[in-house]
Amino acid sequence: MTAQATTKAAGPSESFAERFRKNFTKEKFHRFLFGTKEKQGFLKQFIVYALLIAIGFVYLYPVFYMFSTSFMDTSDLLDASVKWIPSKLYLNNYKDAASSMDFWKSLLKGLAIAGLPTILSVGTCMIVGYGFASFEFRGKKLMMALLVFSYILPSQVTMIPTYVLYSNMKLTGTIWAFAIPALFANGLNAPIFILIFYQFFKQVPKVLIEAAQIDGAGYWRSFFRIAIPSAGPAILTVFLFCFVWYWNESYLTELYVKGIAKSNPFWNNLVIQLKDFDSSFASKMSSGETSVSLSESVRMAATSLSILPLLLMYFFLQKYFVESIDRAGITGE
Amino acid sequence: MGKERATKKTKNPQAKLGKLEKRQERAGYSFVAIWVIGMLAFTLIPMCQSFYYMWFKIKARNGLQFTYVGTSNLTQIWIEDPDFIQGIAGYVWQTLLQVPIIVVFALIIAMMLNGKIKCRGFFRLVFFLPVIIVSGPVMNMLVSEGAASIPALNTQSVVSAFDTFLPTAIAQQLGTLFGNMIMTLWYSGVQILIFLSALQKIDPGLYEAAKIDGGSGWECFWKITLPTIKPMILINAVYTVIFLSSNEQNQLINMIKTAMFSATAERGYGYASAMAWIYSLLVTLIVLLFFGLLGSKKDVYDRMVKKRKRLAKKEAKLAKKIERRSVRNAKRIEKARKSRKYRTYDGSGDY
Repeated sequence: MTAQATTKAAGPSESFAERFRKNFTKEKFHRFLFGTKEKQGFLKQFIVYALLIAIGFVYLYPVFYMFSTSFMDTSDLLDASVKWIPSKLYLNNYKDAASSMDFWKSLLKGLAIAGLPTILSVGTCMIVGYGFASFEFRGKKLMMALLVFSYILPSQVTMIPTYVLYSNMKLTGTIWAFAIPALFANGLNAPIFILIFYQFFKQVPKVLIEAAQIDGAGYWRSFFRIAIPSAGPAILTVFLFCFVWYWNESYLTELYVKGIAKSNPFWNNLVIQLKDFDSSFASKMSSGETSVSLSESVRMAATSLSILPLLLMYFFLQKYFVESIDRAGITGE
Repeated sequence: MGKERATKKTKNPQAKLGKLEKRQERAGYSFVAIWVIGMLAFTLIPMCQSFYYMWFKIKARNGLQFTYVGTSNLTQIWIEDPDFIQGIAGYVWQTLLQVPIIVVFALIIAMMLNGKIKCRGFFRLVFFLPVIIVSGPVMNMLVSEGAASIPALNTQSVVSAFDTFLPTAIAQQLGTLFGNMIMTLWYSGVQILIFLSALQKIDPGLYEAAKIDGGSGWECFWKITLPTIKPMILINAVYTVIFLSSNEQNQLINMIKTAMFSATAERGYGYASAMAWIYSLLVTLIVLLFFGLLGSKKDVYDRMVKKRKRLAKKEAKLAKKIERRSVRNAKRIEKARKSRKYRTYDGSGDY
């Protein structure tokens, strides 16, 4: 009793150093740094965060570089003391780049080129994915194998005869060169989307569909009334990815939609405008329509203009992009 | 009887379909019909056609005019486009180097994000961003402005260091790889997400059990994490190969396109088809290589079970053999006894 009382009384009178020594033992320090089996140590966490931030910075370096350069005027570019932050907000680069790229028109055309095939592709891929997921039929295994095979096969093999086919049908140089394959569930990266829908509809409880069929719905009716309304997240995922991939596809767009042979300048989206940026800007410059000469800041301004719509979309809808892979159930199998 | 029939039916369901099954089959065909048509029209038939084109010289004047030239298109590539052949060698090296880098990098990032981390969403956002903005022209712009290399990294010294102990071809490829390191890493956005969601599906009980048995984190990684996500590694490797092969940074596909519309007499559709086939065979081979490397060798337990089964089968065979022999011998003895060629001792009387 008395001993306890004395220690209690002695408690507050202990010096700070003593208390520090008592609380801050070697083991505690070790535990703090390296953690226990249950808890991560400070050191490990610190390293993980440092690495993540460093890699993240390196990862975004081109984007930072692009934006910071695009605001620089000529004197800033030449000035060695200006590295990251421009001395003043200089918007003429953007103005000239936009006029040279015909920004608003190209944006609308880009929306059309990516949008129409995307809508068609989502619709047909959904039907096909549902067909694979909820029916048993002979030859299904073979078809699935063909599906994967058609993804692995580089598009260059089929490119030339397809081009001949389109030009015979007079489809090159029109948006239908993209829309028609999408209508037959063979658009850009369609196998992936079919597989995503396949995975998704496999997880939809069969009881729901069966209940609808007992109530007298046919196969198509139960698909439209039950399956589609429950497939919201998958549809969104596929829509976003499909849109982005169509938007970024310049190789096939140039070949089919723009049509190389008798180039139809009508279907120029932003990405293709960016591809031809140097020459189009040079011709603008020679006719005296621009206030600046072609420099890296103008090119960076053009680049940032061309990715701006997608960036905006990404920041508003990022949740759906990032969670999409989970939802798609690629890893579920 | 009835039971027997039922088991037979489950054993071979395709023997005879019921009415409902037939109807379901028809419905299934009606759902996938649209894809089958598309597949035929836009993949299989063009594939055969381009295989056919490969052996012809094609002139595109009022319709296509075909002249059979045999393998001359294939040999012509070596004369007309030595760049293409060199590009193929470069492409193979580059792919073989880039795929492991991308997959490993994605795995490391995914492992780091998988721990207890604040702002995981933010980091995921950052690492996925390139997927949204990566397109051929944007990449070309960034690479041509030199924004693609890690700023503090001296590429020249790296290359010269590699050059001392590696063949020049590989060292050069490594050099270009390091020169565009960020672009290489940019291609790993989707892979990171795939790994991340695979990692989150691993049962934490496994790790707990391993820890109770005294396993360190290092051992847990090799014995639990890696075997569990092995299928995902394959998926990611294949995805990366396909992505790299259809990416516009890749010069080969641009060469094919230029050859397609080239005005010179030697080139044209047939010539470009030959190029495309060479290229596609190469891509397929690389994919198959990764399948072979990472494909599903079943895990140790499965292999052991298989071995046991094989042994058991062998033993059963042996037992059957012995049994058959014994039956045969018994018959022989019986025969001999019947013909009374000799008597066997039946245990009675004097001998």
